[in-house]
Amino acid sequence: MRKYSAFAVAREALRHHKGWERAWTSPEPKASYDVVIVGAGGHGLATAYYLGKNFGITNVAVIEKGWLGGGNTGRNTTIIRSNYLQDPSAAIYEKSRSLYETLSQDLNYNIMFSPRGVIMLAQTHHEVRGYIRTAHANALQGVDTRFIDKHEVKKLVPIMNIEGPRYPVLGGLWQPRGGTARHDAVAWGYARACSDMGMHIIQQTEVTGVRREGGAVSGVETTRGFIGCKKLGIVVAGHSGVVAEMAGFRLPLESVPLQALVSEPIKPCMDVVVMANTVHGYLSQSDKGEMVIGGGTDSHNNYTQRGSFHHIEETVRALIETFPMLSRLKMLRQWGGIVDVTGDRSPILSKTPVDGVFINCGWGTGGFKAIPGSGWGFAELMAKGHSPLTAEFGMDRFKEGRFIDESVAAGVAH
Amino acid sequence: MSHRLETHGRLIDRASTVKFTFNGKWLRGHLGDTLASALLANDRMLVGRSFKYHRPRGIVASGGEEPNALVNLGKGDRHEPNQRVTTTELFHDLRATSQNHWPSLEFDVGAINASLSRFLPAGFYYKTFMFPRAFWKHVFEPVIRQSAGLGSAPHPETRDPDRYEHFYAHVDMVVAGGGIAGLISALAAGRAGKRVLLVEQNAHWGGRAPVDGDVIDGKPAGEWVKDAVEQLEKMENVTLRLRTQLSGVYDHGYALAYERISDHLGEEGAPRHRLWRIRAGQIISATGAIERPLSFPGNDKPGVMLASAVRDYIVNYGVTPGDRIVVVTNNDDGYRTALAAHEAGVGVACVVDPRPEVTGALPEQVRALGVPIHAGSAISKVKGLKRVVSVRVQPYAEDDGSYEEISCDAVAMSGGWSPVVHLWSHCGGKLNWDEAQACFSPDPDRPPTNQNGEGFVTCVGAAAGGLRGDVAAASVAARLSALGIDAPAIPVDTPDEAPLAPVWVMPVYAGAKKRSKMWLDFQNDVKVSDVMLAAQEGYESVEHTKRYTTLGMATDQGKLSNINGLAVLAEALDKGIPQVGTTTFRPPYTPISMGAIAGEARGEIFQPLRRTPIHAWHEEQGAYMEPVGHWRRPYCFPQGSESHEDAVKREINATRNSLGLLDASTLGKIIVKGPDAPKFMDMLYTNMMSSLKPGKCRYGLMCNENGFLMDDGVVVRLDEDTFLCHTTSGGADHVHAHMEDWLQCEWWDWQVYTANVTEQWAQIAVVGPNARKLLEKLGGMDVSKDALAFMEMAEGKLGGFDARVFRISFSGELSYEIAVPASQGRAFWDALHEAGAEWNATPYGTEALHVMRAEKGFIMIGDETDGTVIPQDLGLNWAISKKKEDFLGKRGQERTYLASEDRWQLVGLESLDGSVLPDGSYCVARGFNANGQTNVQGRVTSTYYSPTLERGIAMGLVHKGPERMGETVEFNTVDGGRVQAKIVSPVFFDPEGEKQNV
Repeated sequence: MRKYSAFAVAREALRHHKGWERAWTSPEPKASYDVVIVGAGGHGLATAYYLGKNFGITNVAVIEKGWLGGGNTGRNTTIIRSNYLQDPSAAIYEKSRSLYETLSQDLNYNIMFSPRGVIMLAQTHHEVRGYIRTAHANALQGVDTRFIDKHEVKKLVPIMNIEGPRYPVLGGLWQPRGGTARHDAVAWGYARACSDMGMHIIQQTEVTGVRREGGAVSGVETTRGFIGCKKLGIVVAGHSGVVAEMAGFRLPLESVPLQALVSEPIKPCMDVVVMANTVHGYLSQSDKGEMVIGGGTDSHNNYTQRGSFHHIEETVRALIETFPMLSRLKMLRQWGGIVDVTGDRSPILSKTPVDGVFINCGWGTGGFKAIPGSGWGFAELMAKGHSPLTAEFGMDRFKEGRFIDESVAAGVAH
Repeated sequence: MSHRLETHGRLIDRASTVKFTFNGKWLRGHLGDTLASALLANDRMLVGRSFKYHRPRGIVASGGEEPNALVNLGKGDRHEPNQRVTTTELFHDLRATSQNHWPSLEFDVGAINASLSRFLPAGFYYKTFMFPRAFWKHVFEPVIRQSAGLGSAPHPETRDPDRYEHFYAHVDMVVAGGGIAGLISALAAGRAGKRVLLVEQNAHWGGRAPVDGDVIDGKPAGEWVKDAVEQLEKMENVTLRLRTQLSGVYDHGYALAYERISDHLGEEGAPRHRLWRIRAGQIISATGAIERPLSFPGNDKPGVMLASAVRDYIVNYGVTPGDRIVVVTNNDDGYRTALAAHEAGVGVACVVDPRPEVTGALPEQVRALGVPIHAGSAISKVKGLKRVVSVRVQPYAEDDGSYEEISCDAVAMSGGWSPVVHLWSHCGGKLNWDEAQACFSPDPDRPPTNQNGEGFVTCVGAAAGGLRGDVAAASVAARLSALGIDAPAIPVDTPDEAPLAPVWVMPVYAGAKKRSKMWLDFQNDVKVSDVMLAAQEGYESVEHTKRYTTLGMATDQGKLSNINGLAVLAEALDKGIPQVGTTTFRPPYTPISMGAIAGEARGEIFQPLRRTPIHAWHEEQGAYMEPVGHWRRPYCFPQGSESHEDAVKREINATRNSLGLLDASTLGKIIVKGPDAPKFMDMLYTNMMSSLKPGKCRYGLMCNENGFLMDDGVVVRLDEDTFLCHTTSGGADHVHAHMEDWLQCEWWDWQVYTANVTEQWAQIAVVGPNARKLLEKLGGMDVSKDALAFMEMAEGKLGGFDARVFRISFSGELSYEIAVPASQGRAFWDALHEAGAEWNATPYGTEALHVMRAEKGFIMIGDETDGTVIPQDLGLNWAISKKKEDFLGKRGQERTYLASEDRWQLVGLESLDGSVLPDGSYCVARGFNANGQTNVQGRVTSTYYSPTLERGIAMGLVHKGPERMGETVEFNTVDGGRVQAKIVSPVFFDPEGEKQNV
């Protein structure tokens, strides 16, 4: 792989960029691989990458029904933070956040991690107490957060109305090293690095069945024929239930659309990420200048990748209340992604009833920020059968009642 | 130069004068002008700068598809960025400024990017700016952000002074587009008696036909349109709206229309925008088509415009973009522009057409006028910096070295037309590639489907792929009859047109350098070379190409660029255009204001504020209020300069020593009634409720399916089949929904009805050693210990009020909660105060309530519980019936982790130094876990200063806490410190309950 650098860009410019190689190859699938990952989204590609990087497993195929990074990796609001309450969550999200810090250099692909800081607004006394609790938990988890008062909030976000008549801002939980990244670039950067290790990324190929022999996986049926494997990782977010069914087991998941929207681009006016759980909206400004707005999930299960308008209305209404200047901007585009949500709103990274089949799903509305950590932990689980990062996220926890419930302090979404 | 013509201008009122400013300079236009036509009339061709390279940009289009000509509009709180000049109607005193440049439009430092463009191809930023690492946040990103963005942000303190409203419509048919096809559709459906809503995004009916000179039903288009609108206006079942765009189509026949009511008036008063929320049986998309640009070197320079836009400006506004126009087109329609220009006396230098033979009726007319037609030719260069000065014409297919330099000051380009299929596609309508017309058009066999699996969007006219007037009109009749609506075939006279040549890039042999000068996306500066680079680097999916190059991601959402980009990508990949496919069409069609989306819900009416009948009294007393759900409750009642802390202390002492009054009206009150109510109550609560005797109260716990405690409160049995369930203030709505969920989804055959009567009653807690004396003074009811024992209810007159008196206590004091009809609440409160004066009756707020309950070790939902706590953790096993076969949460609680002894459980905590333990603090254990986190063994759930005990008290959940009484443990502080505390009983005060049971 030719390295990317400013020097390389200058060199190529002189010959009209004729010399750039493919970022990733599109090989014909082999008959079998040591590991097959279903789903070339961020989590699947990151898993493949760390299988190669940390465990030397490179005879790997990542099979993708559509185009890589085309699911929730390319549909989210790009927020990265790790200010979680429960220990297992804080561990994997902080691991993830810290990997994001150096991911551009690690992958030699600028994923534009921007540690601009994330505020979670407290607009009720209950929220204030919840975030103060989170700050105490984070202090013991090694996550750098602190509770700031409303004046500090206003200083960080001049466009915020902190004296709103309904939900005045009382303060916020501030994570200075949280931020955003360029979501597509994360998938592309991992894909390029995987391809460089000799892994096969096989796009436009749908898995239609999981072949098992004696209770263990032997490969997958696909629209391009059978592909054998010793181990299979299912990393397909909204369609996890569908693929799990092919492997013969069920998952405690519901799939619902989550929506987001952007405004037309304007000059910089907001430097940090703000999440307002009481009124339910998230806001940041992309480097391109668009105000990126995240909302809630629809209450009915479906796979349509679009959502109902009333959620957009609720979100915009709430955000205008908190950021009045938004009223004079225009909505450019709205879209939806299908998120898979578990009973405790925490993910599943787990062995399954089928030997050799592993599942990574249930990230719900919070998956993007977890990509590197999820890949790191899931790769370890697949390679070694155990990972401290994923230990608490087994699917048996629902049978045991051992929930990892984040709605406790962070409101409903995360 | 561009200027106003002496003739033409069917939409402007030449007698009027409208003054406006552009970049601070006063200019003049006419009523009926758009800002675009007025700027062109004043020879303002340069109106903005592009996004990435800050290239000079002029007006390209005449409608909502305009990518370049965006301005900041308005001032002060009405400032608004990114307004399209092409859809902004001119009004008096309009203030516009151009965008994305520094220091000025004419001289922009950012234009240095243009000279460096070779070094800044698609995706260059993914390959650079990686070292040193800290530079991204502190250097590169701030510079990129400053250079990007378009219009300037509204002032941070902007409070939009305008009003927005929502409007609901239920119709049989909504017709999007008031061109010929839309008008025919509305007429037919109107005559068939359907309820019809016809919306047109522009300020005029008729679409393109009046400009293109079609003859409809034997009449000139303009005349036919006038007649049609008159007929429609007479139909009572038809509603017509101009300046209203059908913006989005959603599942199940739901659609949004965006009406701009007063933008064009520049006046205050009327609402600014109105968002129509429409349920339609059928959505007719008569949205027309959009002309495509051609990709030739320098096609982005000011003065290069769409051919249709050039004739729009000439015919509609009497404005020409130049005195000598070159038309470049791959189809016959483009020749209409040459004809229109010639007819208006504007010079047409020549027509450049890549087709080797040009034979159609329209070209023949042009030829007859003596305008040279360069067949088989292409434009290979556009000269001029901020304005076109000439073009170079060369052979299209093969470079024979010959060329001709033609001077001109405007270029009208046409690459063919694309049907506007957005509304069709929003909910999944599928498209076919139309080889002959080189466009995607709707496949009528694969429409978006509704709840019954039937298509609910129908495209007609040009939007259906009928790009010729006669074909378009015929399609309306055919499509409507398929819907069972009889539509007469209206004859439209259209000249025959020869087939277009699917030319996307010209000339064919243009090398890399030339291709890096051919713009696809004008706003985002995406060129042919960028799309080719994306393909070369493996970004082969159309979505990858879009995201890698930003093609189609500008504010026009690719209306001009997408098809051209797809074609270039297909060529680069050696695939067919349909194999490459399109990106997803998403609402809205063009951007709609956030203000309109939010509607009226802002400021005080953002959400309703709930007030108890006594709310006004609290405010009069200067109570410090806190939000509790949608309520506001007094936190405390500070007297004079008293601090909140002191007020709370005073309120507690007064209550514990004499008499306190609490407005408890916010407490949830839900009636559960019916023959199966006892059975339902037993499922709902962990306690046995069916055994409760009428007139008795019982403290009940409610768990969710997973077994976690979700709410608590006192249940009262009013009679055999009626229960009154008290819930927490914040939980009332949720609990009611929870009840209904179970009744409607699972136990729909049980005869149980529920009603949330929270607001029907005012409820006041009379608390303290003198509580009974106060009630006896009011008189009318026997409230003695024997007549009304603890956990009993009595109904009757109290001091003349209709009252339900519950003898319950959340403070450990002798206490009555008295409910009176809400209408009598304030009078009753006043009566209690007046009568209680002799015992210093003291109103207390939520904080005193919380402290007193903590002193007694009573749990509070939301403090001791957080959705992960089961009643057993809180020592509430006594409230869980062992006799019942089932209740919600029972199975959940039997799961191993919840049934385990090994859990965090409720205890009291006392800091060794008497201080108040930090709220939210965790109980630290030894060592670290496998992820390097400090181990913990519990946490503080409530922590207060107790005025009664004169020290800090706290409740918490600690690992096997009740077995560890007397042990000293450590709690953390956010700054890394530790506080020591002793594990004690959670009941700090009056453990025997002597005070409440008197």
